Amino acid sequence: MLKTFRIGGIHPPENKLSAGKAIQSLALPKQVIIPLSQHIGAPAVAVVKKGDEVKVGSLIGQANGFVSANIHSSVSGKVNKIDNVLDASGYRRPAVFIDVEGDEWEEAIDRQEGFVKAFDLTSKEIIQKITDAGIVGLGGATFPTQVKLTPPPGNTAEILIINAAECEPYLTADHSLMMEKGNEIMTGISLLMKAVHVKKAVIGIENNKKDAIAHLQHLQSNYHGIEVMPLKVQYPQGGEKQLIDAVLRRQVKSGALPISVGAVVQNVGTAFAVYEAVVKNKPLFERIVTVTGKEVANPGNFKVRIGTSIQALIDAAGGLPEHTGKIIGGGPMMGKALASPEVPVTKGSSGVLLITEEEAKRKPVMPCIRCTKCVNVCPMGLNPTLLMTSTEFTNWDLAEKNHIADCIECGSCSYTCPSNRPLLDQIRLGKGKVMGIMRSRKA
Amino acid sequence: MNLYVSPSPHIHGGDSVSKNMYGVLIALVPAFLVSLYFFGVGALVVTLVSVVSCMLFEFLIQKFLMKKEPTLWDGSALLTGLLLAFNLPSNLPVWIIVIGALAAIGIGKMSFGGLGNNIFNPALVGRVFLLISFPAQMTTWPVPEVMSMNYTDVETGATILTMLKSGSGDLPTYTQMLIGERGGSLGEIGAIALLLGLIFMWVRRIISWHIPVSILATVFLFTGILHAVNPAEYANPVVHLLSGGLLLGAIFMATDYVTSPMSKKGMLIYGVGIGLLTTVIRLFGSYPEGMSFAILIMNAFTPLINSYVKPKHFGGK
Repeated sequence: MLKTFRIGGIHPPENKLSAGKAIQSLALPKQVIIPLSQHIGAPAVAVVKKGDEVKVGSLIGQANGFVSANIHSSVSGKVNKIDNVLDASGYRRPAVFIDVEGDEWEEAIDRQEGFVKAFDLTSKEIIQKITDAGIVGLGGATFPTQVKLTPPPGNTAEILIINAAECEPYLTADHSLMMEKGNEIMTGISLLMKAVHVKKAVIGIENNKKDAIAHLQHLQSNYHGIEVMPLKVQYPQGGEKQLIDAVLRRQVKSGALPISVGAVVQNVGTAFAVYEAVVKNKPLFERIVTVTGKEVANPGNFKVRIGTSIQALIDAAGGLPEHTGKIIGGGPMMGKALASPEVPVTKGSSGVLLITEEEAKRKPVMPCIRCTKCVNVCPMGLNPTLLMTSTEFTNWDLAEKNHIADCIECGSCSYTCPSNRPLLDQIRLGKGKVMGIMRSRKA
Repeated sequence: MNLYVSPSPHIHGGDSVSKNMYGVLIALVPAFLVSLYFFGVGALVVTLVSVVSCMLFEFLIQKFLMKKEPTLWDGSALLTGLLLAFNLPSNLPVWIIVIGALAAIGIGKMSFGGLGNNIFNPALVGRVFLLISFPAQMTTWPVPEVMSMNYTDVETGATILTMLKSGSGDLPTYTQMLIGERGGSLGEIGAIALLLGLIFMWVRRIISWHIPVSILATVFLFTGILHAVNPAEYANPVVHLLSGGLLLGAIFMATDYVTSPMSKKGMLIYGVGIGLLTTVIRLFGSYPEGMSFAILIMNAFTPLINSYVKPKHFGGK
């Protein structure tokens, strides 16, 4: 029996239309727009100004504090302006506009093709390189990686868990990366293991990626302490707490960090970025993005420079289909609906999903019939319909007592509800409010 | 270009209220066929009158009293109508059925605000209203007569539970109980047909096992212990399982989403409560059958159960 997490979960149609498609490199755009806030935490501070010449890999934004990340140029050329731009969050936020001229890289970056096995570095040096390269969690949460590699005092890591679940329907970016960059990923994992001083790592992969499982299992004998663990397909397995439960059978307590059960979790794409940063001195300025949708002509996986417009990706996959109702940055369960196709690709862009108008429309909301299907699927063991009504009636006390702050916003409740109730919309609202109250009480 | 910019999730599983309601309706078909076979025209008339009047009252109340768009086709009024009919004798006069439908929909459902807001199972509110108002008509049970063409003018006799209560009469055989050749409310007689419905609802994941199994197990254990202690006074537990409205209630009435608890543990408490109350009423009360009362009493406890018994919280004890 394959393992999976023990509470709740759903299995939506997988629709991995771009599975098995080779990674294609997207042509350089004429201009890139690189937001200074592509991560959780403080936005980076621009260190370039209008008219400055930059190369591929030049630092253009300096991390502002510990929970922040450096931003690098993804192209060579001239800074056109620093201005606010509508990004994937739906807000207008500062970004660096760069007009592309040629493709000249910083000299420190090793541009040799081919795989190099890691050399001797201390934990400190590895973490420093990761910090310099501006690496953040590439699964979509974009938490600065160096923070997760630096456990708070008094905590020690026992095991590194690599999140290769890719449990969102449609997305195949991590899948394609595992197929093509297996050795690089394994080396990246070895580096991460050294960084957090653990002897053991487990790669959790959902069993719908059998070829990737076989490929990495074939490689694992060359890398000490790394185990590939196939998992039963179940959404949201890629949730940090769910993955830890699936792999270790340990449940992280409410409000606690994974390190409290001895685990550090990193995304498989992040492991690849770590390899490139540490071994090749390459900052994080490009990533793999899945472009997909039922009506898309050529769904595929594209290697794209950060700051390229989503429109360029859509064009590469055969253009915007007629009757597109929604452009989603990310997967269908947790991705964000974009207000415009001109939004730039950022470090957290795992996919671009085009949904038809028909599917994008929400169906009329009916009264709750207390069928408890939302309760049964909630992976955090919450009562979503109760949390929704307590938010509607602004009963923050009740919402807090019923653990609204533990909601991971996976959307399983809304997906399942036969009455089409916007459970997560309301819970998200209530969660924000309750967490604000909890913070102010602490302060 | 017009884009929707609504929050996640962006896809929906496709389940709907009417899918669930019609799923339960399909599960009721075998039991309905059994009652048509053993009660004939009476079963058909009572069912039609009950369903039509429940839907009509729902429409009228929504349209003219609540002044909102009627939601007649979500299947909920149809289901209430069918379940009410299943809880009535097949020789009940039309006018009494109409009063029962008004009590079920008007008092049981709409006075609380309609679908999803009622505390008590609407069909049982209708049935108990009639049982108290028309005790004679509601406890006069037609004797099974294959494909009978008579409606109110049929031969009547005792049910299994009235025989047990009075201590006289010949009980039907187990085979007769299983196929449904016994007196009783029109939908409660066919044990096998009701169990088929249960299996269908399990397969379609409309309900979980917790409520029906806990009710049936409790009744079986409770009556079994008493039977073991004093077989002369207390009937065999299998007879209890196959008689009265126990199966109909455990499978179709107690499992009503709106009026039953939300957590698995809560469902078990609720089920055990129904089982205990039913047995106590059957064996020690003045009524021969206690299923309806037991479910309604536990319906009243459901909000309390919900506020004390929570689903298993991730990372909790």
